[in-house]
Amino acid sequence: MFKSPLSSACAVAVGLLVAAAAQADTLAKIKETGAISLGVRESSGALSYTLGDGKYAGFHYEMSQRIAADLQKQLGLAKLEVKLQPVTSQNRIPLVQNGTVDLECGSTTNNAARQKDVAFAMTTYMEEVRMAVKANSGITSIAQLNGKNVATTTGTTSVQTLRRNERATGMDFKEVFGKDHADSFLLLESGRADAFVMDGQILAGNISRAKNPADFKIVGEVLSVEPLACMLRKDDPKFKAAVDGSIQAMIRSGELAKIYDKWFMQPIPPTNTRVGLPMSEATKAAWASPNDKPMEDFAKK
Amino acid sequence: MAWDWQVFCKETTSGDVVASCFGKGGDITYLDWMLSAWGWTLSVAALALVVAMFAGSLMGILRTTPDKRLVFIGNAWTELFRNIPLLVQVFLWYHVLPSIFLSLRGVPSFVLVVFALGFFTSARISEQVKAGIQSLPTGQRYAGLAVGLTLPQTYRYVLLPMAFRIVIPPLTSESMNIVKNSSVAFAVSVVELTMFAMQAGEETSRNIEVYLAVTGLYFISAFAINRVMLGVESRVRVPGMIGGKA
Repeated sequence: MFKSPLSSACAVAVGLLVAAAAQADTLAKIKETGAISLGVRESSGALSYTLGDGKYAGFHYEMSQRIAADLQKQLGLAKLEVKLQPVTSQNRIPLVQNGTVDLECGSTTNNAARQKDVAFAMTTYMEEVRMAVKANSGITSIAQLNGKNVATTTGTTSVQTLRRNERATGMDFKEVFGKDHADSFLLLESGRADAFVMDGQILAGNISRAKNPADFKIVGEVLSVEPLACMLRKDDPKFKAAVDGSIQAMIRSGELAKIYDKWFMQPIPPTNTRVGLPMSEATKAAWASPNDKPMEDFAKK
Repeated sequence: MAWDWQVFCKETTSGDVVASCFGKGGDITYLDWMLSAWGWTLSVAALALVVAMFAGSLMGILRTTPDKRLVFIGNAWTELFRNIPLLVQVFLWYHVLPSIFLSLRGVPSFVLVVFALGFFTSARISEQVKAGIQSLPTGQRYAGLAVGLTLPQTYRYVLLPMAFRIVIPPLTSESMNIVKNSSVAFAVSVVELTMFAMQAGEETSRNIEVYLAVTGLYFISAFAINRVMLGVESRVRVPGMIGGKA
């Protein structure tokens, strides 16, 4: 049928454009197909993680399930199929843009650069970047890390946070990069690194799963505050309003606080250990006045 | 989706666009960083290739000697390093060996990954060198010994000059592979191209531009090796032998 590769490429491109246009209204798409696709993470601390066997869990995961249930009610659907699509830091934005994922609730930081490509729902968790050290190391502040080995994970914003700190204070860290959080924690555990700089809840989660959690503690000042929120397609105000409405209702009813307590204060699967991270003042403030401001608005200038 | 190649001119801490695209006075742009990462990739690959060529050639030669013990050593080496996945080998060097031999703790991860990658590739090179030597008629070995050369002399003056010429094409592939395999170094904290791609992609949210640029650099590196080896091949060609015009 197609005469040349060029014409078939054009046909594919036109097809993609049509598909993209059709997806601009996510609510209509959900109603029409009777299905919603949620983006989930394999290991984003207690926010969203896998239990294996295609099952997922976590604070943001459970929240996204409630949002899906609210959407089902709002659209008056008798049955809503919830598809789970695992995403990574590298592919989550393209997958939301191209319509594979309708709503991604994992551990995505809402920042100005990403707002050019996607939209964010109300901030539901304020992540504080801090550091974990060995309890007997005597390190209590970032200022004591001059000349020390500092671990962090490749492909996270913490690497940049650390670099900014180094620049601002004129200190010299020897950075070591783990390929994932477990690897970075191993660097701290084995003594290759003196501190592990990362999102507070990831540090707390790793410590709770360590052989001897009492050997480690989270210390020092908050290096950066990042608003985490569910990500959705840009320019779809109806869908965003529906998701935000669901989140606000959960905050008002106290349901979201219950979910927080369940995942951060109670023992959670698979090992039934406690993360033990009480809600931070920043998260409380974000819930008190729900907003979708990017990270840059929180930075101390 | 629109391209945004300006991303490479951004400063890596402030995110401001630098006019010249190269940072000055301690400022580092993503372009600066990418070039330095390319340097690390090439350094890891080049040093690992040296290790692989030495170890691989030695083991390949041992496997063709008449001495059973030497053959065993060569075989054992080859099977050990080619039957363990590369990433696992890198972790063995980085996490396991230093916890057994404490003196290895002070060794930079760059050196460890050079040995890990070098030994992994040496198993493959050993196989090729062995094949090269075995492809020669056995008469050549006997002729060398018959004219009074010792075994090492026979290898040096009769067998290896021909065997190495024969295996230049597969060695070219290995040299190109080592550039691509050097990407595992990111796992042990060497700031090479793959780590740059993951990190800069996350920081700038311009994954596609970053990965395209990195892909280009990998291609250029591997292709340059291909061209150099092609030159070597035609330069050392022996008239009358495979591919050589009489």
